[in-house]
This record gives sequence, structure tokens and C-alpha cells, in this order.
Amino acid sequence: MGVPARALDYAEPILPGLIPDEAELTAGVRIEPGKSYGFFTDTTLCIGCKACEVACKEWNALPADEVGLTGDSYDNTGRLSANTWRHVAFVEKIATDGKRAAEMAPFQSNWLMMSDVCKHCHNAPCLEACPTGALFRTEFDTVVVQQDICNGCGYCVPACPFGVVDLNEVDGKAHKCTLCYDRLKGGLEPACAKSCPTDSIQFGEVPVLVEKARARVEDLHGKGATDAYLYGAPGEPGATGDLGHLNAFFLLTDRPEVYGLPTAPTRASNRVAPALGAGLATMAGLTLAAIALFAADRRR
Amino acid sequence: MPQWDLANADCILVMGSNMAENHPIAFRFALQAKQKGATLIHADPRFTRTSALADIHAPIRAGTDIAFLGGIIRHILENDLWFKDYALNYTNLATIIEDAFEDPSQNDGKFSGWDEAKKSYSYESWQYKGEFVPSSLAEHFVNTTESFSDQTKRLQQGPTPKDETLQHPNCVYQILKRHFAPYTPEMVERVTGCPKETFVKVADALARASGREKTGTICYAVGWTHHSTGVQMIRAAAIIQLLLGNVGRPGGGILALRGHSSIQGSTDIPTLYNLLPGYLPQPHGLKPHHSLQDYIDHETTPTGWWHNFPKYIVSLLRAWYGEAGMKENGWGFEWLPKIMGDHSQNPMTLAIEDGLIKGLFLLGQNPAVGGSNAALVQKALGKLDWMVVTDFTETETASFWYKGKPVQAGELAPKDIKTEVFLLPTSLAGEKAGTFTNTHRLIQWHDKVVDGPGDGRSDLWFVYHLGRRLKELYRSSADPRDLPIRYLTWDYPVEGEREEPDAEAVLREINGYTWPDRQQIADFKDLKDDGTTACGCWIYTGVFPKNDHNQARSRKPDGPDGPGTHLGWGFAWPSNRRTLVNRASADPAGKPWSERKKLAWWDAEKGEWDGYDQVDFSTEKAPDYTPDWSKEPAGMDALSGTDPFIMISDGRGALFVPSGLKDGPLPTHYEPVESPVRNPLYGQQHNPTAKIWDRPDNPVHVPEDPRYPHVLTTYRLTEHHSGGTPTRSVASTAELQPEGFSEIAPELAKELGIENLDWVVLSTPRGEVETRALVTERLQPFRIDGRLVHQIGMPWHFGWNGYATGDIANVLTAIVGDPNTGMHENKALTCNLRKGRLDRPQNGG
Repeated sequence: MGVPARALDYAEPILPGLIPDEAELTAGVRIEPGKSYGFFTDTTLCIGCKACEVACKEWNALPADEVGLTGDSYDNTGRLSANTWRHVAFVEKIATDGKRAAEMAPFQSNWLMMSDVCKHCHNAPCLEACPTGALFRTEFDTVVVQQDICNGCGYCVPACPFGVVDLNEVDGKAHKCTLCYDRLKGGLEPACAKSCPTDSIQFGEVPVLVEKARARVEDLHGKGATDAYLYGAPGEPGATGDLGHLNAFFLLTDRPEVYGLPTAPTRASNRVAPALGAGLATMAGLTLAAIALFAADRRR
Repeated sequence: MPQWDLANADCILVMGSNMAENHPIAFRFALQAKQKGATLIHADPRFTRTSALADIHAPIRAGTDIAFLGGIIRHILENDLWFKDYALNYTNLATIIEDAFEDPSQNDGKFSGWDEAKKSYSYESWQYKGEFVPSSLAEHFVNTTESFSDQTKRLQQGPTPKDETLQHPNCVYQILKRHFAPYTPEMVERVTGCPKETFVKVADALARASGREKTGTICYAVGWTHHSTGVQMIRAAAIIQLLLGNVGRPGGGILALRGHSSIQGSTDIPTLYNLLPGYLPQPHGLKPHHSLQDYIDHETTPTGWWHNFPKYIVSLLRAWYGEAGMKENGWGFEWLPKIMGDHSQNPMTLAIEDGLIKGLFLLGQNPAVGGSNAALVQKALGKLDWMVVTDFTETETASFWYKGKPVQAGELAPKDIKTEVFLLPTSLAGEKAGTFTNTHRLIQWHDKVVDGPGDGRSDLWFVYHLGRRLKELYRSSADPRDLPIRYLTWDYPVEGEREEPDAEAVLREINGYTWPDRQQIADFKDLKDDGTTACGCWIYTGVFPKNDHNQARSRKPDGPDGPGTHLGWGFAWPSNRRTLVNRASADPAGKPWSERKKLAWWDAEKGEWDGYDQVDFSTEKAPDYTPDWSKEPAGMDALSGTDPFIMISDGRGALFVPSGLKDGPLPTHYEPVESPVRNPLYGQQHNPTAKIWDRPDNPVHVPEDPRYPHVLTTYRLTEHHSGGTPTRSVASTAELQPEGFSEIAPELAKELGIENLDWVVLSTPRGEVETRALVTERLQPFRIDGRLVHQIGMPWHFGWNGYATGDIANVLTAIVGDPNTGMHENKALTCNLRKGRLDRPQNGG
């Protein structure tokens, strides 16, 4: 029952030391530099337990945000922030026209829960916007901020189409999910994925995850969950606007904006050329107008 | 059954449990079953995180579970959907019951045998015809007029009376049919509020997961036990599973999702007043338990596995009293404390309030938050002379004297509270070694990782050194009442500067060893009743089979191609058995019902049982074995090769329970003690044997009380653990649910003008609380008998300490309980609701 063969090598109650390539046991993947790693978050398996949020804060030593009772279902975290790198959204769709559902689509439905996270975009706009090189692409194809280089300019914040990157009020620098860079270096899968009790968050090599995810969508369609689709996988919704694909992608059953995700995210630089063009055109127009005015003036 | 065995189920009904929320790790396996095509059903008053992942959510009014389950039983019987080869051979379906038996439908809601003066039943008319059947529970003694041994030895004289054609009007089959006849789909809807179409879908889904090739599981938790009919709810599930042939088979069974942490362990090695370790009955002052011989005579069942009872009690006494115990003094039996009645938490709380109890130790408990009628609990704590609280941070209970509700309300001033409170720091799991016993009886050892900070000590340290000092105190006492302490064996080695007792030494004693040479025992079959073995808990024998072998520390899973029973992972009592009654996974001839679902089978060549699991049967008893009644066989010899339920006197799954239950042999729908409606099924409103302590400081509502029109149910959120102390005091968990609230359906909110996050006041005559409203469609009103009944939910694990705070929901609840367990009814009561806040000083009142 899902026990990897290598687990038998570590059956002694006291282990000699760290398990090399532990992710091979816990996630079925060996972590090697030069490959592309990410998350497949399958919302149909999410029970909204928030273990990912807690595991993330514990491992990354992040402080609690003072939010308080929001009244927004069971979501008291609100959003991703400098101190919160996993956020579980809760969306209640229990009743339609006042009539509550009794029979439902298989797996998660009617009360949607989704663990959101940094997407580690293939073409990461935050990284492109960073003037200091604090944001960089790692050997695992993930995107990480180096706070010792970050100057706190904040350009990355509006560059992110998902609202992930945030400046910390205490040190003034940008913070976000590192996909547990330190753990990957040690052969461990990220804390959130490891703690997820239902495997809603799966960690692995992106091409392998994409293949699994496509099979999962097909399986769900066969089981009657016909609304299931991928968000952020190559060629799917979410992988738009020149972002390429998202290394952390999702399986959803409702429109992206229901979960707080943009329908068609774009790379900020994609907006620069048209904006620049528009700006230049405006400038040109104004100049022409001014010349015309001056010319008219002179004629008088 | 192991949690991981859920993955083998074809249908899973979660009821009386919010499994995804409170047992998320086990829920992983429910989802694995779902992946393989199983139907997942959640029957619950609320739409919860579990419902969100289910195929069907059947909404029911809190406390009406027996009406719903009774409807399923009727559906199975009326439509002939039961698994005949299984139920006929392995249950007491064909057994004939006494002629005098009367059903509640004949008797205005009560069974025969009711004694109005004593408010209790006598069990004569519930017995098998001409026989007396001792209980399969720990309390074997049958409370009837005849002497125990005379009655029960008739079980050794021949097979129980049966009619295999099921035609006899008093055979269990006919009784079941009559008993559940009124539980029609229409009646189910009328009582529970669940639309009958939804109900029938649930019943059909369960019935489909039955037969040779299919199995289904029912998972429950405290959503069933916290009722005045809690035991009977579980019984109703047992009847369904026995009829469908879902006991002892892979993916079949009833999974009791036990509490955190190690609640299973604390019933095995009990913190319960009426049990000794291994489910042996605590000697009772009002029963014929005057000597060890009396006790053995009245508690040993003549047939079935419990016939071995004397070996277990004598070995326990040897472990506890060592050399001081001798055959002549009943191995020290007289030093065991005798109980005199119900000494469970609720009556103990009242006894404190009434000044009968002067001192209190609380280890890992926070009754100011978790106890029913919490304001009364806090008031009672002020009557104690002393109270010791051991916890890792200050709990509400430890701070009741300056932050408690009566103090806040100005009813009590700290200077007037004379209770001397000792708050002692304890270790958390990683700071001490020990075991957890989980839901599936799996004992798993954990090592100590670090010393706890400051003066923190383990509970084991605390209890051991307290005992050591008491022994020192009474060392030279000649008073007979001090003998139990003087003679107690208390010789665990200590280690390190802190003199921490060796937890493995305790586990070795629990496992058992030979006396006096202390060689570990590997199997409880080797325990003796002659003083040559000592054993702290017979069912744990095998957990420490050799001096240097702690099986609970073992972590050897089956590989990817293994059978999946994982016998090398920890130790599951008894005998490392993963699935109880697994003889029933094979047909009467000993052949697995199904290749796909095989677990145990008879190997005719070897002449023994074999399987993927440790077989729960006499290893060499052939399927065609029949007892030789001419020899008056005892113990296991009286069970045939097709009697898989070896802990029960007749070896048969008990569809009908002749003794052991105080409220009847069959589950019957009674309304909760506090209900907004009259019982639509019977004249009898609530469980006639329910424990109700109706007194001025614990008033109970009458049914349909217009002042308290709404149903209230209390529960836990996944973000908080236990009474909330471990999570409310940690910022990163406290922020996830930072404040108490109550959940209210939009229909009721609209009626009362309540908006989301408004302050509201909930009230009962026990007390009032103010909290925020969370208006949500996950709660819903029910139409009961034409009337709209609203239901309010409130998490109970908030308090005034820590980062996440809120009023204590248990201020509202009453001290009432199940007759069998004494367990409170905090899952279903009535209350009133209004918009606004309480008149409190901090609110400017």
C-alpha cells in the first residue's frame, strides 16, 4: 500500500543518520540539480487542514500574521504575504437557490479549499523586475529571493501577476516561498508537501507531475468530476501571457477567480512594450500637437 | 481494523465523526478507497470538511442517528439485502430469545424488564431461551436474581437455542424485523430531517458494498459517543455491519476513531474508574466480590475466550503486589480499591461541588474548558482543598481562581477561594519516551529527543516519584488501609540527573514476565493463574516479548508487494493482530469469501489456520469442529469451528445483546435529553435509563421548551488540538482560528437580524456565552414534523488563555450522560440565541 521499496532499508528504529535522498521515500523523487522541480496542488484532494501553512511556518521560522477572525469561512490567513507562503483559500458553494447539495461530484466539491503558493513561473516576472539580482533562478528551476542582496525596492511586488511577493515590514525586503531551497539541497521534499495528509500537494519533477496531473484530470472526468482542469500546466489556463508554464500548478474544478487566481495572468514585461508604444505614441502626438499649436501661434 | 485497511473498502460511511477535520491522517486512506471507486458518505448535522470530500452528504438533526441507522437496518431486512451465508453462520440471527421479551413498540418505548422504582431494567427477559449469557464487555456479571454460575453454566450444556429457518417468532431475525419496522424512510425523514431520497441512496450504497466480493466500513468518533444514546448508536452500526457481513474482513468493520492522544491506550491501561488493565472489571463493593474467589466465580464466563479471565487477574495482581501476594491472601485482591457506583467525571464533578472530594490531580486534562456545565466545574474547583495541575502551560483550569467565569462575573473573589493550586510543568511528547496506542490498537513507541526546558518533567516521572514518596511516608504504618501502598511493587530503575524512570521497564511489566525469575513472556496464552506469571495488561503481552526486544519500536513495513498487513510495524494488541474476528474473512468451510479480500484461511494440509494477519481463532481448530456437549465443554472448547467472535460467550456476532447494556438489547430512537420536539416514534421521550443529574445548579430543559427552541451542537476544529491548550498557546496555529465563534444558518440569522461577525449571545439555564456569528450555509434548519428546527454549532475548545481566545461553549452544556458509559451529551442539546453582547465590565456593562 504505497510503501516504496527503499523504505525497507530504513526499518530500524534508530537510524544511523540522515536518510540520503529522503524525498525518494516520501515523494518518490530524487532531487538533482539541473532538473526542474515544482508542486502539483490537486484541490480535489484538499481537506483544508492547513498543515501546509503550519509546516511552512515551522520550517522557515516565519512569524504569525496578526489577522484575527475574518468571517470568511475558515480562512483566517487571508492571503499570501511576506510571512505566509502557503495560504489555504475556502470557498463555500453549499447551496444553489437556497437548496443545499446532498449528492455531489466525487472528491472535493461545494466547499472548495485550495492551498495557494508561489508559482515559480517558467518566465518569472519578479525575477525580471529585480534590479539587484536578489531574485535568482536556482539549480532546481525555482525562484528564490536572497534577502542579503535585496535592497527593498519593491519592483518585484507589482511585477508578480499572482500577488505572491511581499515586502516584510520589519526588514523592508522581499520574501516569498523558496520551494524549501535548503531542503532541496539536502535531498528533502518541501515541508508543505511532506506534511500534506491527503497528497493534495505533490512535489516532484515538473514534467513528471504534469503527466500525473493530466492523467488525474482524465480519471476525474471518468468518475464524474467533469469540471476538473489544470491551471498553469503547459498550454493550460494560467500558463498565459508569456509566463511559459507555472512550476507550481493546480487542478481546479471552478473558474480561477473563484479561488483568487487571475484568469489570464501575464508577464509584466509583456505589458511594457505596448505601454511603451502607447507612451511614445502619446508623446509623439503631444509633440505634434504642440508643434501645430506653436506653428499656429506663430502664424498669428 | 487498521486505518490503512480503509483503502480496501468499497463504501465508507462516516457518521458521528468529522473525519477529515479531526482524523486527517486516517482520512488519507478514505481518499485512497475513493480513488479506487469507493462511495464516500457523510451523514452529519453540518456540512463539514468531511462532507466536502464525500459523494453524498446526508444532513440529520443532531442526536437522531439511531433513527437514521434503524432505517438502514429496516431497509436491509425488508429488501432482503443482507449477506445470508455470513449472518446466518456468524451472528446470533437465528437464536431464540425468551418468550417474555417485549419490544418498545409494544411497551410505549420501553423494553420488558423495566423497574419504574429503580429506573432500570432487569435482564431476564432479554436472555437466550433457557440460558443466561454473560456480557462480552468487561463487566461479565449478569445483574439478575439467580446466582451467576448456576445460570451461565447452562451455556456448557448444549448449543444455544436456534431456528435456522428464521420462522420462530422470537428468533432474533423476527425480533429485529418487528423492532425496526416503524423506521420507514418516511419516518426517517420525519425524525432526522434528512430527505428520504437521500436516505435511501445512503442505504442502497451501503447495501451494495456487501457480499463475498465487497465490503464497507463505518467510521465514527465522539459524534456518536457524546450522546445519552451513544453506545446504542454504535450498536446500530454493528447490526448493519453484521447483517452485511462486514466484520473481520479487509475493508470491512467499524472504525472507532479514538481521541488524541492515546485515548485508546488510556482505556487499555485504563484511566476509567470501572476497569482494571486489559478490560478486567474493577471489583465492586455492591457485587459479590468479597474475595478473589468470589470475584472470579462471578466474572469468569464459562464459554469463549474470557474463560481465561482468572489467569489475567492473578497475573495482574502478581505484577502489582509482587511477593506480598500469596495464594492465601488472594494474591493481594483485597488491596484493590472497590468501587461503589458511578465514579466517572460527571458525578465526580458534582461530588467536588458537594464537598465530598477534597483533592484533585489533573494530568493532561482541562475540565474548566472540557467539562460539561463548565461554570459549575469552575465553581466546584473552588471547593477543593488542593488541586495539582500538570501541564506545559497554564491552563484555564489552573487559572480558574483569578480568571474563571464566576470570578469574572463577580460571584467569587480570588481571596475567597481557598483551593491551593499547584501548577507543575510537564514534558511534551518529544521530551519523554513512551508509547501511543492509536485507533487500531497499534502501540507505537517514541524515543525522547531532548530534555524539556526548565523544571518540566514527564508524567511518568511525576507519578513514579509521587508513589515513591507515598511509599516512604507509609513505610512503617501498621494501618491496614495503608497496605495497598506499602505492598505495591514500585521498583522501576531511574536514570540521569533528573532520575527519570525507565519507561521501557514499565512496558516490560505491562507485557508480563515469569515470576520470580522475570523472563519476558511472548504470548498471553502462557499466562498462569498460579502466581508464576506477572503481567500488567494481558492484551499487551507480546509488545515486549524479550528483554531486549521492544516490538512497539519496530518500524518494518511490508514492501510494495507485501500483503499490506504490516505485521512488522509496531505492535497491535492482541497478539499483533491487525483485524479482529478475522476468522470471519473466510467462509464457514474456511475458504476466503473472496480472493480479492482474503485475510485468513484454513490450510487443511497443515491442519491449521493461515493468513496475512495473525489469525483470531484457535490456530488448530478445524472449520468442521463441533463441541462435544456430553462433556460440558468450557472456554474455547465450547465454540465451534464456525464461531468467529471468540470474546463472546456463544462465539456469534451479537445482533441482539442479551446482557451488558443498561438501556436495552437493541438500539431504539430516543430524543436527546434536551430536544426541541417530541419523540415521533414512541411515547417514551428520551432514553429511560439516561443519567440525568437534574439539580438547581444543573437544570435540564423539558422537551419543546419555547425558551430554548434551537438545537445546539459542539465540536472541534482541525486547527486546535485537545482542549486547545497545545495550539492556542502557539502563534502559528492560533492564527489559523484565532477566536471563538458560533455557526449559524442564514435562515436563522435573517430571522434574528444577525450579520456575519456580529456578536451573539447563546444561553441555557446553565449559563450564557457571547461569541461572534459565522453565518454559513454549512448549517441548515430541519423541518421536523412540519416545524422548522434551527441548529447552531459552536466549537468548544476556546478559553481565556493563549493567543486564540473565546468564551467556553461548555458553560452552556448540562451534566447528563449515557447510561452505559456516563459520557455526556454535548453533541445535542437546546439553547436560545440573540444578537448582542453580555453585560460584562469589559463590554462597558
